[in-house]
Amino acid sequence: MKIDLLGQHALALKLRSMRTEVLATNIANADTPNYKARDLDFSAAFERAQTDRVAMNKTHAAHRDTATAAAGAELKYRLPHQPSQDGNTVQSDVEQAEFAENVLRYRASLMFLNGKIRTLKLAIKGSE
Amino acid sequence: MSMLKIFDTAGSAMSAQSLRLNTTASNLANAESVSGDPNKVYRARHPVFATALQETKGGADHAAGVKVLGIVESQAPLNVQHRPEHPEADENGNVYLSNVNAVEEMVNMMSASRSYQNNIEILKTTRDLMLQTLQLGR
Repeated sequence: MKIDLLGQHALALKLRSMRTEVLATNIANADTPNYKARDLDFSAAFERAQTDRVAMNKTHAAHRDTATAAAGAELKYRLPHQPSQDGNTVQSDVEQAEFAENVLRYRASLMFLNGKIRTLKLAIKGSE
Repeated sequence: MSMLKIFDTAGSAMSAQSLRLNTTASNLANAESVSGDPNKVYRARHPVFATALQETKGGADHAAGVKVLGIVESQAPLNVQHRPEHPEADENGNVYLSNVNAVEEMVNMMSASRSYQNNIEILKTTRDLMLQTLQLGR
């Protein structure tokens, strides 16, 4: 039997790291013509990953992880405030703000997870 | 761990930007070059960037680096000057100057170095996050 001890933060961490990747890709492609900036709708992806919690078995290396697949469905294109001549929709300032926020929330999830693990350790040992 | 791909993405962007800096340096260095033959004169060079979609196995296709498709020479008109005393002058006494636009090159240089710095910050932050994640539960 699998007990979900770490709660939602494990899932949140996974999705946050995915979003970090998406935002890093946007910043990397800030000067690429016709690149369209994308973002992960975190709350929608989180909700979706929770509703299809029935995790499917992975029997092949190429099988997708359920959470990752759910997040992939929530990848959306960003609407730019200003058009640019080369068709690129990356706005560096917006991306940097989103990246900073995402990193902060990742750290928050890490802290919650650390707290949870400490509590579990305490429960196992009985004392510090 | 999926965040490892960020290193590839940011790394490819950094190498693309450094190539852009390289062409800018070359353009500025040759900005004053002169030739009597319009086909031999130096023309401004610029890299063309494109998104390099990474082939991922079992993952999402959201991580994409930057690749340089090639370097194109500017088709802007050359400056012609009538200088019969110039040793390179053709039979009409004309010399051709390169079509490097110094202002454009300076802007390119600043843009490239800012983008490079951005990517370095991304790398630093990602490294910190991964180190913290590795220490989970200590």
